[in-house]
Parts: sequence; structure tokens; C-alpha cells
Amino acid sequence: MTLRRISIIATICLFVVGLLINPAQAFKGTYKVGAVFSVTGRTSFLGDPEKKTAEMLAEQINNAGGINGHKLELIIYDSEGDATKCNLAVKKLITKDKVCAVIGPSLSGTSMAVLPVAEKNKTPLISCAASYKIVHNEKTGKPYKWVFKTPQTDTMAVEAIYSHLFKRGLNKIAIISVTSGFGASGRGELIRLAPTYGMIIVADEKYGPKDTDMTAQLTKIKGKAPAAIVNWSVGPTQVTVLRNWRDLGMSSIPFYQSHGFGSRKNIELAAGAAEGILCPLGSCNIAGLLSASHPQKDVTMKYSKDYKARYNEPLSSFGGHAWDALQMVVQALSNVGDDKAKIRDYLENNIKGFVGQHGVFNYSLNDHNGLTKDAFNMVIVKDGDWALAD
Amino acid sequence: MLRITKLPITIFALFIIFFPWIARQIPAIDHYTDIMVFAGIYCLITIGLSLLMGYAGQISLGHAAFYGIGAYVSAILTVRYGLNPWACMCIGVAVTAAVALLVGAPSLKLKGHYLAMATLAFGIIIFIIFNEEIEWTGGPDGMAGIPGLSIFGFELDSVEKYFYLVWGFVLAAFVFTVNVIQSGTGRALRAIHASEPAASAMGVDVSRFKIMIFVYSAVLASLAGSLYAHYLNFVNPSTFDLFFSIKLLIMIALGGMHNIWGAVIGAGLITFLSYEWLHYFEEFDVIVYGAILLLVTIFLPQGLAGVPGIVKDWFRS
Amino acid sequence: MEKITLASQLLQYLITGLTVGSVYAMVAVGFNIIYNVTEIINFAQGEFVMLGGLIMVFFHVAMGLSLILAFPATVILVTLVGMLLDRLAIRPIRQPSVLTLIIATIAASIIIKGAAMFIWGKDPYDLPAFSGRNPITFLGAVIQPQYLWVIGFLVFVVIALSIFFDRTIIGKAMSACADNADAASLVGINVKQMILLSFALSAGIGAVAGITMTPISLMEYDRGVMLAIKGFGAAILGGLGSFPGAILGGLIIGSIESFGAGLISSGYKDAFALLVLMAVLFFKPSGIFGDIEISKIKRF
Repeated sequence: MTLRRISIIATICLFVVGLLINPAQAFKGTYKVGAVFSVTGRTSFLGDPEKKTAEMLAEQINNAGGINGHKLELIIYDSEGDATKCNLAVKKLITKDKVCAVIGPSLSGTSMAVLPVAEKNKTPLISCAASYKIVHNEKTGKPYKWVFKTPQTDTMAVEAIYSHLFKRGLNKIAIISVTSGFGASGRGELIRLAPTYGMIIVADEKYGPKDTDMTAQLTKIKGKAPAAIVNWSVGPTQVTVLRNWRDLGMSSIPFYQSHGFGSRKNIELAAGAAEGILCPLGSCNIAGLLSASHPQKDVTMKYSKDYKARYNEPLSSFGGHAWDALQMVVQALSNVGDDKAKIRDYLENNIKGFVGQHGVFNYSLNDHNGLTKDAFNMVIVKDGDWALAD
Repeated sequence: MLRITKLPITIFALFIIFFPWIARQIPAIDHYTDIMVFAGIYCLITIGLSLLMGYAGQISLGHAAFYGIGAYVSAILTVRYGLNPWACMCIGVAVTAAVALLVGAPSLKLKGHYLAMATLAFGIIIFIIFNEEIEWTGGPDGMAGIPGLSIFGFELDSVEKYFYLVWGFVLAAFVFTVNVIQSGTGRALRAIHASEPAASAMGVDVSRFKIMIFVYSAVLASLAGSLYAHYLNFVNPSTFDLFFSIKLLIMIALGGMHNIWGAVIGAGLITFLSYEWLHYFEEFDVIVYGAILLLVTIFLPQGLAGVPGIVKDWFRS
Repeated sequence: MEKITLASQLLQYLITGLTVGSVYAMVAVGFNIIYNVTEIINFAQGEFVMLGGLIMVFFHVAMGLSLILAFPATVILVTLVGMLLDRLAIRPIRQPSVLTLIIATIAASIIIKGAAMFIWGKDPYDLPAFSGRNPITFLGAVIQPQYLWVIGFLVFVVIALSIFFDRTIIGKAMSACADNADAASLVGINVKQMILLSFALSAGIGAVAGITMTPISLMEYDRGVMLAIKGFGAAILGGLGSFPGAILGGLIIGSIESFGAGLISSGYKDAFALLVLMAVLFFKPSGIFGDIEISKIKRF
């Protein structure tokens, strides 16, 4: 009993001492930036690298003296991929923590759930989710005033894949997708854009995010004999589907993955089945492959090196979205300070030729995403590593 | 334990009336009013569920589906057809009642774990429909642009206004449910819980009562769903998944399922734990959550609503 | 590539369905062992499967133990977790009711899942297949050698369990607890030990399921819940407490999913299985092999 009491007191003392000696560096003041990522839960593969990236960046910025002498205080909440929780977190960031801008959320669904909050409270929000609906108000046909986003849209990924298929003269394709937000929105774009590229969809199969086997779906596809298969998913299922594809002896049918495949870990997990797979990837995944003259060469190499050194794990493409979002806010802060309206105006008018992890951004009145389909490179898996596809 | 007097209800009502004012005075809990809106929405569901589970003894792992049907009916009819939100709420209730009747009639003949599985299956099927019928529901990404509520042109556009609306619903449901419990229906329900054969020997129409309560609890869940949709202006399927049904079960168990106050306490506590307090444990939150749950189950089998009774007994002895 | 014939496709659906169904069946058998002795549905059953897979990865891949050593080591470790579950979460409950026991096992599953997330992180892990990944072609359908291992282990578990319950004293004592715990303790059977044993056994079987399925579908910390639900569905479909029912239930659910995905709509495949389950319950409220008379005397 006494031992426990002593240990409790000791913990409290340590905590208090820790609080007292913490502010070591002298800053003029703080700039508060909020972030909401799905750090845990079923979509943690998105939020986890995003949180790690944002924390690493904030630390680097503060170690280098902050933003114009102001400390960057990053307040991160975990949405667990839950719309309600995310909505509460963003409201808390804005009304209680009084942040000047919010980065995240990680998912299209949760982004849609907080969009009205950002608009109502006039706070700039840079989403790290894919769907174009986030920056496209269907009623006005224009972007929402306060909402921006960094990731490439599904549309661009689909365009990259379809262009590649078109170039190879393949047009009879089978779609297979996961029944999560990511899969459903990719599937939607695949179907919508098919006529533009003359693609004929002969099969449209789905599987659940926790399914153990996709042999049945692939067998059905095999029966339709498509010229290529496009899979749209993230997480372990995109590896399982690859293995099933190989096991069923379907390797002669070219297999395209979405940009969600962008982690080397997936190649390892596929245990050889990933060989010859094609997918569109942002530059930060393939920093080493970029030519020295590529505009993103330096930033992507640095990020990739820092991330590996700090966390000892391979980079995933999702962390790069958080990098882009936070760096834009930092750039705005260093130019116009922490006034919300000024940050918003700065983002819309002055983010031109911004060199990020996933492309060179150009925001404007009618474009709050700022990327084109060139932000994707078609990549092929060769000898267990990425290689640029021709 | 089962008698519910007026005094606690009055205190409860006063607490609700003054809560936003108190929260405003203390900056650290300023945003609690917002969380209380969701606590109220969940409370509306648990009150009905507590009647079904605690008093009538029927388990349900599918109430997230009724919550979701209410939310989606409101969302689809307002966004796609531009109907009045209050009308949508009523249509939602009607649709939910019909579905509950359709599912409840055969399901409630099942017992124990079989009933749990049937309701669980129903919940998952509805969840799959929300995900798959993309043209209607927007699929996994959900539906945005759901309008807010207004009463005779008075917009309920702030957190506090919505707070009073939601908790007004909760108080009404609470008082109505208490009246049900203290009426002959309540006695019949308790008889069913104690022993179905005995109850039916006493002339209680067991299956009718069970279905009535099932439909009543589904209707409350549907109302909660509509309130949720109009508050968040957004719905997506994962809000209404199996895990939410389990969460409701946890709320009831933690609060104490043989006492209607347990529904209120459980909903409030779990809401604050999962939306606010567990945040301080960062990545440990899941484990802390599980541990709290396990400890309450082991040491407070009557739930938190049983604590006053335990304290009273302790002072007496 | 030549086109696959419809017959071969159907055969492929059947093979896939039976393999996936075998995993569900093993989970369902685990449910039944505990249910028979205690009338508890252990919602942490899926976590045993998850632990089986991940611990096997640790022993076999990370530590480099051979398959023959890593397999039993994993099963023993998960068995210990099962026994801990009984001692720490189930036995201390003073007033058991369906709801408190369900909540206790859900709480336990949350804790186990959280702990697994801490130990292994959130990424999926792979395990090498037991006898290579070269598929066998059979009448136009493709069979992974690992499929045969999964089905084989289900058969092994079934045979071992029936010998255990019919031929050994302990097994018979456990069956006695299942029939009537009070009478069993009157004739000198230690009911508490039997409950502990039931948790140990079902954890062990869960581990076997996890070990054999990981080479097919990878394994990560939050896989347990979905498997528990499918297994629970299989146990209910077959009739709670019935071992043949559990196996039949698992295979039926696996096959409906597979055929449903192949022939009708892959988006709704889980819904088909659940619809069939509900329909069966409405016509036969205690499952295929369940006895309505017996289920009346059960407390839950």
C-alpha cells in the first residue's frame, strides 16, 4: 500500500517538475494550428503517418526557431475515423483551443462532416482526404470558401490509370473495390470516367475491408476474361487480393492498383505477388527514382530521409498529405500571421508553384486542390521495388 | 429501486436547464454543452433500450439500425426531395415503426443468444444497405448538406439552442417512459422479465407487450437519428455500424440496466469518456476503456445507478 | 488466357467457401465449448484467433522457430490467455446475467485488442504458407495448399474433440457440467476447473484457426471482431452447443458468402448469409441442430 502511494506521489512530482522546466526556448508567442487525423481505429493507416509527419515537422520548425520567432503549437486530436468525434474535435479546436487553421481530417467522410463547421466558424481547413466533393460545392459549382485539400483526387488517379491503359490499347477492364469510403469513391470515378477513355467495364466486384479471401470475386472476373483488372482499396485486403490473383493463375491479366498501394510494406507483404503491378503514385513515394532536375526531388528526398530516421519505418503516401497541408499553413503564418481570414486569402491567392510532397500546388479562386493529373507517376513493381513505368 | 419519484426528475430537469450557463462560466468545460447534445441524442436511444432490455428482458444488438433509418430518412427526404425536416422526422418514425414491427414480430419469439444474433444480423444487413445503395445514401462517404432545424422560423442554429431541443425530447421521453413503467404495462413487463410462462399464465399477452416495447424503443432511436442528422448536417454509414449497437449495450450495462436512471447515466458517461476524457490517455484509451468496463461489470453488477443503493445499505449496516 | 468454364467457377466458389467456412467453423466450435459448460457467449473468441496468428508470426518469422516448434508454442501461449480471461474477467463476476457476461467478454476483447495494437502495431503481418504457395489445379479450379491445411485442421479438431468428450474422464466430466452444473458438482466434479478448462480449450482452437488462416489472409490486431461475429452466426445457425451444428453452420455461411459473391452480388454477400441465418431462426428458433426443449431449460 505504502509503496503504491509513494509511487503515485513520485509520479505527480515528476509531472509537476516536468511542467516547470519544459519551456526551455524563448519564443515571442505561439501560433496555434489544429489537426484531426484518424490515428487509431480502422483507418489508422491514414492517420498514423499523418500524425507522425505533422509532429516531426512541428518539431523541426520549432528547433529552427519557430515561425518568425513564434512557436508553432500543434494540437492534434484523434477522430478514430468517426464522423461524430471528428465534428466535435474540430469544433473544440476552433472554439476552445482557438486555433487559426485546421489540417485534416484524414477521410472523405469525416471531411464532409466538418466542412459546415469550418464554413460557419470562418476557419481555414486543409483536408487530407481524396474526394473532390470536399472542395466542390455541388450547389454553386465552386469550392467552399474556407476549405482546401492537398491529396490528389480519385479523378486524377483514375485518369492516370485510364491514360496508361489507353496507351497500351487495353479497354476491356474489370473493377474490384473495397466497400469503404476509399473504395466506393474510387469505384464511382472509375465508372464515371470510363466512357471518356473508351473503357468497357465487364465486371464490377466488391469485398469488405475485413474479408479474408477474394477468390470468389476474382473467379467471377476470370470468367469475364477482361484485358486488365483495376483494384481500389487500402489496408491488408489490397495485398490479399493480389495473392489471390496470382494463385488463381491470372498473372497474365495486367493488374492496376490505386494510389492507396503506396507503401513498400505492401510489396513485402504480397510475398512476390506484387511483381509487375502498376499503380499511380505521388512523387514522395518514389523520391529516389526522380531525376535530379525534378522540382520535387529535394523536398521529397529530405522528407523520406527524415521520416525513416525518426520512426524507422517506410514512408506511406498519406503522411505526405499532412506534410503539404502543414507546410502551406506555416508558409501562410510566416507571411500574414495568425489571422484566420488572412490565412485563407493567402492560401487562395499566394499558394502558387508551392513545391510539396505530392506535387506542385497552385490554389486559386476556383481550385482549392491545386494539383493536376501530372501529380501522379505511373509506377511498376520490379524486383520488389518501385520503378517508373513507361 | 423501481419506484421513481418526482424529486430526482426535478433536479435532473434543473441540471439540464442550467448546464449550458454553468459550462459558459468555466472556460475549461465550455465545449461540454456540445458533447451534451450528443449525450442527449444517445440518451434518447438508451431510455427506450433500457425499457426493452432492463424491464422486458429482451436483448437487442440492432438498435444502431433504427437510429440509422431515422437519420437516413431525414437525410434523403430533405436533401433529395426538399421536404420539411419535421415532416421527415415523422416519416422516419413511421418507417422505423413499420420495420421494427416486421423484424420484431418473428425475432422476439427467439430467446437469449438467438435473439441477440437475430438483431445483430438485422443491424448488419441495414448497415450494408446504407453502404451499397449509393444512389440513395451516398455510400460509405455519406451525405452532406442536410439542413438544420427551425421552429416557426426560429433557427436552432447554435449549440445551446439545439441542446435545449434535444434534452427537451429526452425529458419528454423519460417522463413518458417512467409513466409506462409505473403503470400496469410496467408490471406486465417485469413479469415477462421474471418468467415468461408465469406471465402468460397470469393472462399477460407476452408477445404483444414485447413487440410494443420493441417498436417504442425503435421509434425513440429513430427520433434520435433524425436529431443527429439535422445537427451534424451529415450522415455516413459507419456511425450506424455494429460497434454503435455494442456501445449502446455498454451504456445500458454501465449505467445499470434495471433502472431507467442507468440509461441516462450510462449514455452521459460513455459519451464523455469516448469523446473527451479518454483523449488524455492517448493511445492507451482503448485499454482504459476496456478496463473501466470490466471493473464496473465485476464490482458494480447493478451498474452506476446502483451506487446510491449500495451507499445507503452501507450506512444502514 | 483461356476462359474458365462455369463448372470450374462453381467448383472454385465451393472450395473457397469451404475454406473460409472452416475458419468460421473453428471459431464456432470455440464458442460452443465455453457455452456448453457455462452458457456464456465469449465475444473475445475472435481475439484468440487474432492472437494465434500474430503470436505465430512472432515465433515463426521473428524468432525463427521451426513450424513444428512454433505451432505448439503459440497454441500453449494463447491457451494461457484463455485461462487468464476466465480467472480475471469471468470468475470474479458475482451476479452473472446474459448482459453482464456479454459485456465482460466484450470488455476483455477490447483490452486484448488494445494490447495487441501495442505489441504489434496496426500493420498486417504475413506468415509463410506451411507447404509453399504453388497452387494445385483441379478440374479448372485452383486450390492453395494452405486451403487443405485449414480444412485438414478443422477435421483434426473435430476428431480430437469427439475423442476427448466421449472417451476421456475429463471430457465426460465437462459434458456433465454442461448438462447440469449443480448435479455435476454433487458427484464431485470441480465445476470451476471445468470452466477454466473450457476457456483453455476454446482458446487453443481459436489459436489453431488463426495460425492456419494467416498465410491466406494476413493478420492484424483488429481482425477478431468480424471473425467472432461470423463464428457466432455459425454457432447459432447450427444450434448453440451442437458441434456438428457449428461445423455445418460455418461451412454453410462460408459457402453462401462465396456463391453469393460469385453469382449474385459481391457487395451484398455478407447480407445473404445473415438473411439465411435470420430465415432459419424464424422457422427453427434454436438453429438447425439445436433442441428447442433443451434451450428452454438453459438460463440464457
